[in-house]
Amino acid sequence: MSGAPLLELIGLAHAFPIRNAFGVRTGWHKALDGVSLHVGEGEILGVVGESGCGKSTLGKIIAGILPPSAGSVRFEGNEIADLPPRAGAALRSRLQYCYQDPGASLDPRWKIGRALEEPLVVHTKLSRAERRRRVDAALEAVGLPQAHLDLYPHEISGGQQRRVGLARVLMLRPSLIILDEPTSGLDVSVQATVLNLFATLSKAHTLAYMFISHDLSVVRLFSHRIAVMYLGRVAEIGDTTQIFADPKHPYTQSLLAAVPQIGGPRVTDHFKLEGEPPHPDALPPGCRFAPRCPRADARCRSEDPQGRTLADGREVACHHV
Amino acid sequence: MPPDAPLLDVAALSVSFHAESGVARVLDEVSLSLRPGEIMGLVGESGCGKTTLARAVLGVLPPNAAIDRGRIVFAGEDLLALSPSEAASRIRGRAITFIPQDPYGSFSPLFTVGDQLAELMRWKSPERQPGEGGYSRARRQRDRERAVAMLRAVQLPDPERLIAKYPHELSGGQRQRVMIAMALLPEPKLVIADEPTTALDVTIQAQILKLLRGLIAAHGASVLFTTHDLGAAWEICDRVTVMYAGQEAETAAVATFFTRPAHPYGRMLLDSLPTQGSALRGIPGEVPNPFAPPSGCRFHPRCPRAAADCVAIHPAARAPAIGHSVRCHHPYLDARAEPAR
Amino acid sequence: MSMWRRLLRDRALLVGTVIIALLVLVAVFATPLSTFPEHVTAFDPAQRLKPPGAIFWLGTDRMGADIYSRLLFGARLTILIAVVATTVAVLIGVPIGLVAGYYRNWFGEMLMRVSDVFLAVPQIVLAIAIAQTLGPAIHNVILALSATYWPFWARLVYAETRSQRNEIYVEAAIAMGASPLRVMVLHILPNIMSSIIVRTTIGMGGTILVAASLGFLGLGAPPPTPEWGRMIAESREFLPQAWWYATAPGIAILLVVMGFNLLGDGLRDVLDPRIRRSANRAP
Repeated sequence: MSGAPLLELIGLAHAFPIRNAFGVRTGWHKALDGVSLHVGEGEILGVVGESGCGKSTLGKIIAGILPPSAGSVRFEGNEIADLPPRAGAALRSRLQYCYQDPGASLDPRWKIGRALEEPLVVHTKLSRAERRRRVDAALEAVGLPQAHLDLYPHEISGGQQRRVGLARVLMLRPSLIILDEPTSGLDVSVQATVLNLFATLSKAHTLAYMFISHDLSVVRLFSHRIAVMYLGRVAEIGDTTQIFADPKHPYTQSLLAAVPQIGGPRVTDHFKLEGEPPHPDALPPGCRFAPRCPRADARCRSEDPQGRTLADGREVACHHV
Repeated sequence: MPPDAPLLDVAALSVSFHAESGVARVLDEVSLSLRPGEIMGLVGESGCGKTTLARAVLGVLPPNAAIDRGRIVFAGEDLLALSPSEAASRIRGRAITFIPQDPYGSFSPLFTVGDQLAELMRWKSPERQPGEGGYSRARRQRDRERAVAMLRAVQLPDPERLIAKYPHELSGGQRQRVMIAMALLPEPKLVIADEPTTALDVTIQAQILKLLRGLIAAHGASVLFTTHDLGAAWEICDRVTVMYAGQEAETAAVATFFTRPAHPYGRMLLDSLPTQGSALRGIPGEVPNPFAPPSGCRFHPRCPRAAADCVAIHPAARAPAIGHSVRCHHPYLDARAEPAR
Repeated sequence: MSMWRRLLRDRALLVGTVIIALLVLVAVFATPLSTFPEHVTAFDPAQRLKPPGAIFWLGTDRMGADIYSRLLFGARLTILIAVVATTVAVLIGVPIGLVAGYYRNWFGEMLMRVSDVFLAVPQIVLAIAIAQTLGPAIHNVILALSATYWPFWARLVYAETRSQRNEIYVEAAIAMGASPLRVMVLHILPNIMSSIIVRTTIGMGGTILVAASLGFLGLGAPPPTPEWGRMIAESREFLPQAWWYATAPGIAILLVVMGFNLLGDGLRDVLDPRIRRSANRAP
């Protein structure tokens, strides 16, 4: 992981307009409010947070599905935020987005072979034979038989659909894949299989991942670095081992304290975090975690903390660290 | 009823669903027993039948379901022998209540929270005898106070204002708290919680589980807690029953299950949990098709210890220790290797 | 269950298919099937207004022509009008609906308002106005029908496109860099095709009815074209004595419209197998 980062976000923001019953805009829902982070080659960055933290919006903006309201996204050295769709697509071909259910990203009326070829048809000028070769290789990489090429998505199982969706993401030989909640809703036994597949692919093709998930145990096992988000901001970002061993931001501490540890003491015996996150259209001034933070003081309630780099390399957005 | 008799005793229950494509045997001779004041976790992955079992106890199976065999005995009565109207008025929502997985879908969007609570108390208040008509003003007042007190007990801020709100104005965590309040107001003996924290964020889940533990202990009810999240089961359950593909695999105290799982499925399930320092191991194969399940023990196609008897005969329950029962021909009898923490 | 088995089980679909198949057969084989093929244009005043009998199976009309034979040749005209008018309406309405539903911006809104205007006027009235202005001729009938009918398809395709637009596979295709044209034509259109087919089939029945009405009002093909609507119009002055004169074309129209409706309804059930039929799944 050397040189310029593969992906760099600076001050990324996205706000949804809130409209009243007459369609008049009454305010802004700031889904993302100044997010800066980077991902290196072959690196796995986990992005965690609870509902409303903006991690899904983040993934979609980077992938070009949503436009940002502000900030910049640099991929492989090129600025890709806010480009017209055609130009953006060309620069983004090595940046792919994998849906929570990759099988759902398949057109139900297209045969699998044709669906797998589509990225190549749209983005490259490869011959039919060459396309076919790449499709075969992708199927093999995800462990599916060639016979699937002539089947429709509903003719194969959910797990196999998921693999096909993943194979499609791999067609353009991406260097970065955004995985949006890849294990949500999966049974634990299936989750392991899916994650192992991701790991194998990453090593084989020097793939970087942005692993967006609410499941902390999975992220911990899988990511090199981890970013903890709260209400549209990055609360803490750093090496996974560091953050899990010694979380600095009070929200990170509460988050980690809430995760059940099988075989260990029950977390509900001592869990302390009260209340719920405020409504995103009514964010408090100052630090957005202040209403629930045990260490909040007057400064926290009036001044919004910016991310600061600590001695051990991590970044935390808190006044008391 | 003698003091140590089980509150709920499900005996060899078999349930099947009838569909155009055939008959699905969703539950196959499942037995379960729950003591008073105990929190029992019903643990399993998709298709294991835990939701069907919960609904069978509650008496709300879909119309195409049929109970083929077995009994459900609750507080000494066979629930399957009751008439539907008796079950509805006396048992459901009163002696046995329900906390659903998706609190939003369980509220009517047209009425305020207060209206829905009032309706509950009108029919299911602990003061009301089943079949009693009328609703005296005095009782209405007492019911209202009970409801507000319960909303406070589930840690909802400002209950008086909250009851005027509509369900969509509350957050997921708040709705679930109201659901818990509604489940406890009739002073039930048994609460069936169907994946109550699956849809919630992990910090909210921790709050809700902590709340539930406290309230259940205070009310002295038993809980049947279905979940696929082993962490939640660890947090709140006294005992767990693990189910696979409509069959019960193992029943044990929670600590016993997590340290000495006897059934291979349970063991492999625990091994596939993400923990530091160990490679992730899944369970090869897929969950069986309920319309054409494997013979004998339904786990045998995926089981590393499967033998001829597993294919032929569904194992009977055996007890490696007191309070620990497993349905397997070749159970593990040693402790599980603890992963490095 | 395979499509063919479903076809046989659905009575309505079966009846509809049979009727339409018969219509097509009759139109194709009108010449060998008819008893007096020359009566499409020729006439024989000595035989006028004869009741149904051994020679003239369905009786004769006011010009002495055999109603049965004219009915059979009228079937050709009916199919021609139905197919051409509906096809033109589909070719106009579907692309408009696709574009409006995909882009969901002011342009789409404007297109839908235009189609609303067309929909606000009763189809018959508009068709009459157009046919009246252009004069009685088959191609004018077809023009009038297409011009008034395309908004139905535009609306249908607009609604379906809007709903498909939110599906994940569409979003994934766009995220992958597919052009809007590609997404609309290769992804969305095949997925809404079954609705279009059903609407088109039922639309044919409606087209025939309006065409017959236009013919009845004298705005269709000029005589002696054996158009069913015109035949009913001609019969008016001879009712109720010459009861067969109106009955034959009337029943023909009834059967054909009903056939298309049944076919369309049945196709809808066959082509859109609701995968979530709750009785079919074990939870």
